[in-house]
Amino acid sequence: MEFTREDVRKIAVLARLDLTDAQMDHYAGQLGRILAHVDKLGELNTEGVEPTSHSLRLVNVLREDEPRPSLPNEAALANAPEQELGCFKVPPIIQEM
Amino acid sequence: MGWETVIGFEIHAELATASKIWCGCSTEFGRAPNTQTCPVCLGMPGSLPVLNRKALELATRAALALGCRINRPTQFERKNYYYPDLPKNYQISQLRKNLGEGGFLDVKVGDSTLHVRINNVHLEEDAGKNIHPDAPGADYSLVDLNRAGTPLLEIVTEPDLRSKEEALAFMESLKSILEYSGVSDCNMHQGRLRFEANISVRRQGDDKLGTKVEVKNLNSMKTVLKCIEVETDRQIIELESGGRVVQETRLWDEAAGVTRAMRSKEVANDYRYFPDPDLVAVEIDDALLERIRAEIPELPDARRKRFVEKFGLSDYDAGVLTADKDLADYFESALAVYGANPKGVANWMAEPLRWLGEDPDRDIGEYPIKAAAIAELVKLIDGGTISGRIAKDVYRAMLDGEGAPAEIVKKKGLVQISDTSAIEPIVDKVLAANADAVEKILAGKEKAIGALVGQIMRETKGKANPQLVNEMILRKIRQ
Repeated sequence: MEFTREDVRKIAVLARLDLTDAQMDHYAGQLGRILAHVDKLGELNTEGVEPTSHSLRLVNVLREDEPRPSLPNEAALANAPEQELGCFKVPPIIQEM
Repeated sequence: MGWETVIGFEIHAELATASKIWCGCSTEFGRAPNTQTCPVCLGMPGSLPVLNRKALELATRAALALGCRINRPTQFERKNYYYPDLPKNYQISQLRKNLGEGGFLDVKVGDSTLHVRINNVHLEEDAGKNIHPDAPGADYSLVDLNRAGTPLLEIVTEPDLRSKEEALAFMESLKSILEYSGVSDCNMHQGRLRFEANISVRRQGDDKLGTKVEVKNLNSMKTVLKCIEVETDRQIIELESGGRVVQETRLWDEAAGVTRAMRSKEVANDYRYFPDPDLVAVEIDDALLERIRAEIPELPDARRKRFVEKFGLSDYDAGVLTADKDLADYFESALAVYGANPKGVANWMAEPLRWLGEDPDRDIGEYPIKAAAIAELVKLIDGGTISGRIAKDVYRAMLDGEGAPAEIVKKKGLVQISDTSAIEPIVDKVLAANADAVEKILAGKEKAIGALVGQIMRETKGKANPQLVNEMILRKIRQ
């Protein structure tokens, strides 16, 4: 399966990865080979087989609506590079909601 | 040819659960920031979501109340996008196997019924809250994740509405059903019920839909109506001046009263939905479906019929009273205190109703007069303690917080005078001063009596029993 630098660039933007042109070319080759391998599955005859979204044969894993203690504020923010007034501090969010 | 507005809605309602959809954190509103989080709703690696049974049941109840067919199995998907209030970088939502599909809501608009189709009803999670500091030059935002993971019901309608009037009737009717069925408390001030409008225009008579614009950030019904007006005008002006409407998402700017295009991003949104591998499918079996169906409480239509049959109200009055669940509850709690005269109590609902009507986002709980006090007032009228005319003054005093009806009547000496000896001198005085009127009445012009009764009522500051005054006048002049 052919994978171009542009394909990699689009995926990199979606995944918020900053890649150099050389890296993009490198990954284009690797991703192409991975997809070619996965494409082999397409050779199988899957007629009459229900689409599967999960490998577990489980349904209805539910919990009761019972509140449980949450983390203290300090613990919730422990990994935050910056914080203020008990909140995560992030670059300004403009325009969008 | 004139223009026609076409409106559809996407509605988000936070479900009335005590805990979040995938974890046990509390959903309580208004607590200190980031004190209702855990590894699951913070999106920590290795944490696993587990579906809240009540969220599933409430959402199913809403889907059934809206006439949807329930998909079995139903399944959750990841909607991928980056935003600071979304810690996992994806929102767990539904797409291919929505909980409910193909429903409808019949809405009364004036005398006719409008059939609004519901495309789907699905279950998802709310995001956190972004706080933008007011301080001038503040170049950062703050994020509170208490709300992240609150169970959210999304209802998507077809573009079946054509005017502000229809939009308002639909919003009120939908809110009423969600409240009646106990699915959400629908508190719009707290953002627990939110409307997004899809608006387009087309030439009257056209079959084809125009290009739609999605408007967000509408935090009250009043705002939605204003936005429909403004956005309709904007699109018509655009088209009439030879331009075109761009399919986009716009934000309502409350301060300026206009919609603004959201800054388009470099790459168009690509949500890359896929089934969430952390969550297994949900299969609602027949027994559960029947149980949930049986749990749907009396809905507005049924309640209206009951008000007509049981309380003898007109269909119109019953419709008005039951449209707002809280108002109907208010009315019924007044009847619980004094049930002998439902029509009399219903008459006094006009005032709170008018008050509610002034602002669609008002809540009857904030009305200064409690239901029991209205019951007490009607009881005082029915028992002959005060006249209907005086009752209006008492009501005004109640609005001003002067106390309970009986207390006000006592304090202000408003007890109706039904003692003939107390009224007699005044009747005599008025009759003596109005010989003309007396002649007229004797000559058969009975209408002239009204003016005399009026004078006597004024003399007694409205306290005389008007019925009694009437009888006394007739008796005296015919003596």
